[in-house]
Amino acid sequence: MADVAEARRRDTTLMGMYLFLASEIMLFGGLFAVALALRLLHPQDVVAASRRLHYGVGAANTVVLLTSSLAVALAVAAAEMGKAKGTVAGLLAAAGLGVGFLALKAVEYGMEIRERLLPAFTPADAFESPAAHLFLDLYLIATALHAVHVTVGVGLLAGLAWRVRRSGLPLPRGATGVEVVGLYWHLVDVIWVFLYPVLYLVR
Amino acid sequence: MTDEVSYLEHGHSLKSWLLTTDHKRIAILYFLSITFFFFVGGAAAALIRIDLLTPEADLMSNEGYNRAFTLHGVIMVWFFLIPSIPNTFGNFLVPLMIGARDLAFPRLNLLSWYIYMLGGLFTLAVLVLGGVDTGWTFYTPLSSMFANGNVILAATAIFVVGFSSILTGLNFIVTVHRLRCPGMTWGRLPLFVWSIYATSLILVLATPVLSITLVLIAAERLFGVGVFNPALGGDPLLYQHLFWFYSHPAVYIMVLPALGVISELVSTAARKPVFGYRFVAGSSIAIAIIGFLVWGHHMFVAGQSMYASAVFSFLSLAVAVPSGIKVYNWTATLYKGHIALDPPFLFAMSFIGLFVVGGMTGLILAMLAVDVHVHDTYFVIAHFHYIMVGGTVSAYFGALHYWWPKMMGRWLPLVWGRLSAIFIFLGFNLTFFPQFILGYLGMPRRYHVYPAEFQTLHVLSSAGASVLGLAYLLPFTYLLYSLRHGEKAPPNPWGATGLEWTVPSPPPQHNFHELPTVDGPPYQYPMEMGNEGEAAHG
Amino acid sequence: MKAIAPLIGTWAALLALLGLTVGASLVLTGTPSLVASLGIAAAKAALIAWVYMRLRREGGLMRIMALGAAFWLLILLGYLALDYLTR
Repeated sequence: MADVAEARRRDTTLMGMYLFLASEIMLFGGLFAVALALRLLHPQDVVAASRRLHYGVGAANTVVLLTSSLAVALAVAAAEMGKAKGTVAGLLAAAGLGVGFLALKAVEYGMEIRERLLPAFTPADAFESPAAHLFLDLYLIATALHAVHVTVGVGLLAGLAWRVRRSGLPLPRGATGVEVVGLYWHLVDVIWVFLYPVLYLVR
Repeated sequence: MTDEVSYLEHGHSLKSWLLTTDHKRIAILYFLSITFFFFVGGAAAALIRIDLLTPEADLMSNEGYNRAFTLHGVIMVWFFLIPSIPNTFGNFLVPLMIGARDLAFPRLNLLSWYIYMLGGLFTLAVLVLGGVDTGWTFYTPLSSMFANGNVILAATAIFVVGFSSILTGLNFIVTVHRLRCPGMTWGRLPLFVWSIYATSLILVLATPVLSITLVLIAAERLFGVGVFNPALGGDPLLYQHLFWFYSHPAVYIMVLPALGVISELVSTAARKPVFGYRFVAGSSIAIAIIGFLVWGHHMFVAGQSMYASAVFSFLSLAVAVPSGIKVYNWTATLYKGHIALDPPFLFAMSFIGLFVVGGMTGLILAMLAVDVHVHDTYFVIAHFHYIMVGGTVSAYFGALHYWWPKMMGRWLPLVWGRLSAIFIFLGFNLTFFPQFILGYLGMPRRYHVYPAEFQTLHVLSSAGASVLGLAYLLPFTYLLYSLRHGEKAPPNPWGATGLEWTVPSPPPQHNFHELPTVDGPPYQYPMEMGNEGEAAHG
Repeated sequence: MKAIAPLIGTWAALLALLGLTVGASLVLTGTPSLVASLGIAAAKAALIAWVYMRLRREGGLMRIMALGAAFWLLILLGYLALDYLTR
């Protein structure tokens, strides 16, 4: 009986999380709409601006995020088997990779500031064209908003790892909590998977 | 069962209200705060109507007038209409109607209210600091480059209150999916629940787009990010697309719950099941979905592609189909019914009439060529006030009268209720019907200086507004009076079907002593009138 | 171990797709490039949703909840494209 009630609670929580993620998708959706409009209005300028971004750094960061998603997925699997140690390891690895993502992003922003590419730190007349400026504005807003989500995610992952470690969250009963935070982290990853080609790979 | 403590009696301290997770208490919190904003927004409307009494600008400066109508729009849309029925009656009734003890996430529900209040505080700060003058639509480039009011603060208020909408919608959707009592299948859900469900879909999917759009406006004002600025390579029409992607569906956020309320009121008044239940339920979902496909009809004269305009026009006309289904089905429900002329029914009738007028004039506006003539005139103002005020606010008051005995456990004076329904109907038509004519003659919206020949119609409209204003105050006086002096209400004062009428009035803290089981379709009239059923019909 | 193998396999597939999209960007331009990069992104997103977010284990309702927003986003982007391409 307890298992049935637990399964029902899990479904309720997951459904709430999926709907929240739907609203997150629509939030970033507004920015993807802007990207589409810019590309249709100024194809050449957007391509030129996109070529100046460091797609190699972006790819490295994609690897970091994809790997962190793997770590979270492993943590969820461990949680369901009741293995606290494995869960904590997976969550901490994911959080660590998240921090790595942010660090690499910061380095990249620094490079772009030196190359006079990052809008907030560069005078408007340094850009090749107003449309290129606008595209890089969008780049900054979208990646900054994404970085905020990564930061929240790192906090959630680390907090969860701490709770599992202190046995504040007995496993496998508390696996739903791990799963829900994992869903959020995967969505942050999915958003990056789309941001990467839309920003870095416009050719 | 009767010896259980009601939700009102369960704790009297301020803390027991402010930290409650009981959906019924949160509904009351919303009711109080929404009523407050209704009168703040109403005060702004009063200023507008007084200023429009004469063709000259004698009450307010141009700037002041702009600020008054902006404040009126912002407060009425985001702080009254959108949360009105879902957050008060939806909160109170959805769990009761589906046989649940609370919403799926009670603490999240309380959080939504606090977020709403935070947004409200930002709005009041805008008011105190001198207002904002962009109109409720925040169109660029006015809002991003030229307006010098508190645009960012106002945008923040709407950004914040948006999260309240999202969390509330999410909560309702999960609740309807997960917490229905045994036997409460989708085909047995009360139509009010169907409409709240459809509304919630829009809340979750549309609101975030508005949030990010407001962020982009703030980015332009603060950092010169020119997404909407043509001089910088941006596109002002993109703003309109993003804004109306939210704000047109938002119109359905405002009216869908009202449609649900009317289905309940009509069937109770006629003592008959709702005609074509499946179609009425399905039309709510259809309206929610088609409502996402029509936003471009706000941009017919703005310079969007005429091919896009043609598609938007066609789909806008298509919304009339599910709306028409509802109106015809209500009418068929009333046919040969044993109609009781109680206040809720009078409000429902006035809703149906005004909704039809608002809907038909919407069809006129959806036609490309006609829209060129009446775009941004008082015709549009009259059209959407017929839907939002004549429709939604009438339904809100209908719901208030219908469920008041359930919420408060007290009868309301029926004679006064009937009178206020009639006064609201008359005052409303006197206010807004002349505006159709004004608009057709060419009076543009958002102007307070106008040619002298329009004055008669404006005076009529302002006279109507004063009747309407008093008529809106009236219910609050006798409802407050009834709290202390009204007779105690039986569990089922109107002789209605539905699980909410099977529990005492006011309901006990946990709603149901034992979770109910449903074994038949909804609206099974005529009911076998049992013990307290038919009580006190005066 | 059984539960873990598909997770690691998915990770490898995701990295391969990333290599593919970077490679495609070096070769293709214009619309083919756009189609390739968004198509690959969609494939990656589908893998993450299907395996990591475990939609393969959920029922139809949960899948609709998870993917419904994508449909709504397509409405927004589709209409925008219609307007900009025919203006």
